[in-house]
Amino acid sequence: MTGAMRRVGEDALLVETGSLAESHRLDAVLRGRRLAAVEEIVPGPESVLVVASGGSFGEIWAQIEEAVSERGTQGQAGAPGAAEVVVEVEYDGVDLEVVAELTGLRVDEVIARHCGSPFVVGWLGFAPGFAYLVGLDPALEVPRLEVPRTSVPAGSVAIAGGYSAIYPAASPGGWRLLGRTRMRVWDEHAEPPSLLQPGTRVRMVPA
Amino acid sequence: MGGFGVIEVVEPGPYATVQDLGRPGYAHLGVPRSGAADSRSAALANRLVGNPESAAVIELTFGGAVLRFARGVWVAITGAFCPVEVEGRTEGMSGPVWVPANAELRIGMPSCGLRTYVGVRGGITVEPVLGSRSTDSLSGLGPRPLQRGTVLPVGSTGAMLSVDLAPVAPFARQPVVGVIRGPRDDWFTPDALRDLCAEPYEVTSESNRVGLRLSGRPLIRSRQGELPSEGMVSGAIQVPPNGQPIVFLADHPPTGGYPVIGVVRSSDLPAVAQCRPGTRIRFRLTGAQEWPPTKPMSA
Repeated sequence: MTGAMRRVGEDALLVETGSLAESHRLDAVLRGRRLAAVEEIVPGPESVLVVASGGSFGEIWAQIEEAVSERGTQGQAGAPGAAEVVVEVEYDGVDLEVVAELTGLRVDEVIARHCGSPFVVGWLGFAPGFAYLVGLDPALEVPRLEVPRTSVPAGSVAIAGGYSAIYPAASPGGWRLLGRTRMRVWDEHAEPPSLLQPGTRVRMVPA
Repeated sequence: MGGFGVIEVVEPGPYATVQDLGRPGYAHLGVPRSGAADSRSAALANRLVGNPESAAVIELTFGGAVLRFARGVWVAITGAFCPVEVEGRTEGMSGPVWVPANAELRIGMPSCGLRTYVGVRGGITVEPVLGSRSTDSLSGLGPRPLQRGTVLPVGSTGAMLSVDLAPVAPFARQPVVGVIRGPRDDWFTPDALRDLCAEPYEVTSESNRVGLRLSGRPLIRSRQGELPSEGMVSGAIQVPPNGQPIVFLADHPPTGGYPVIGVVRSSDLPAVAQCRPGTRIRFRLTGAQEWPPTKPMSA
C-alpha cells in the first residue's frame, strides 16, 4: 500500500492502491458498505476511483480512509470469495497460427497455456462488459495487431499484451483472436449486465 | 407512465438524441455515464413543463430540427438560443409553449451555444436501458440517434405548470472555466498549470459528446512512461502525448490512461458542453469546496 488519496474535482477522489489485489480488496470493502452518496466505485490496476454526489464529502473521505486502513490479506488479485466462471472456448480463431509463430509454440501448446492461465478480471473498460483478464501465461504475450480489425464478432476470445478478453459485443478490435465462446458475457437486460466483475476468477476450457 | 407515438421527427438537424440524467453506477462494468451534456439546461426544460428533472428530453446539436406532434402538448426549449416557431408563429425559449395537435415545432440554428433541449410534458418514454433513456454515443447503449421518421412516445404527468418564463443568462462568448488541479498534475512540469490558464484554448471541430478537443499552448509532461489506466470523471482535462488537452463530457470512457492535469468545476461543466468549435475558453485555477487536499496515507 503505497498510496495517496488524490482529489478528482469536487465530486470524486482517487485512492492509489499500488496493486490490483489491493484495488479489488478496497472495491469489495467500499461496495459492501453501500455508502449512500457514492455513485461509482471504479477499480483500476493501481487505483480505485470513488465518485460521490450530493453527500457530505468529509464523511465519505473518512469512510474511505477507514476502509483503506483495514488490513486485508495481501495476496493474489481477486475479491475475497469472488465467483469463478468457466468459459468454454472453441479454439478456431483466425490468429491462432500467427500467435503460435510469434511465441514459438505449437498451436496445441498455445491452447494449453491459455487454458492453464489463472485468469482474474482486473477491471473493465474499452466497451461495456469488456473485461481485462489478468494472469495470462507470460509465454503468450504478443503485441496487438498493427491495424485493428473494423469488426470483431461478439464472443471472440482474444489476447494482447499481458491480457486476455472476451468481446462482449461486435466491435472494432486489435487483439489476436484465439477462438470464440457461446457464453454471453454481456446482457443489457440483466442485473448486473456483466457476467464478469472486477475480481471474478475465469478459467478457459476447450469446448 | 404509458406512452404512445406522439412525436414524429420530420428533421433531426445535424445530430439529435434522447437524453436524461444518464446511467450512473455501471462505470466499473465499462459503461459510460452518458446523459444530457448540459444537464442544467435539460433539467430546466423538464421543470418548465412540470416534469421531474430525471425525465428524458431531446438534445439537439446545432439546432435545425422539425418535430410534428400527434396530440397537443406543452414543450419547453432551453439551452443554445435558437429561433422557435410553432405553426409559423414565433415562440420564446425558456418557457412553456403549447403545441396543438398535428402542429409542427421548428427550431432554427442557434445564434450562440451548441446544444438545445426540447422538454416535453410527460417526458420522452422510449425503453430505458440500464435505467436510462440516454443515447450513449461512445458505447451505442440506449436509443439510436434521431433520424427522419423516428417516432417517439411521450408519457404523462399530473404536475402543474407553474412557471411562465425562466430567467437564463446568455452564454459567454469566451467562457471562463474553473479548474481544480489534479489528480495527476504532478505528471507535468511545474509551469503546466500556469500554461493551462495563461491563454485561451480553442475548441476544435473534433469535439463531440465524448469530449472537447482543445487547441492551444501544449502542456509539457515531466514524467514519461505510461500511467496505468484509472477511473475518469466528467470534466476531467486529460492530456495525451501531443500536449493538447481534452475535456471529458457525458459520454467519456469510464477509464483512461492519459494523465488528468485538472478537473473542471462541476458548476462550469454545462457552459463547457455548450462550446461550439471555434469557441475560445479560458481556464482559471480554483479550489474545491469542502474536500481536504490530496494527502499521503499513513500506511
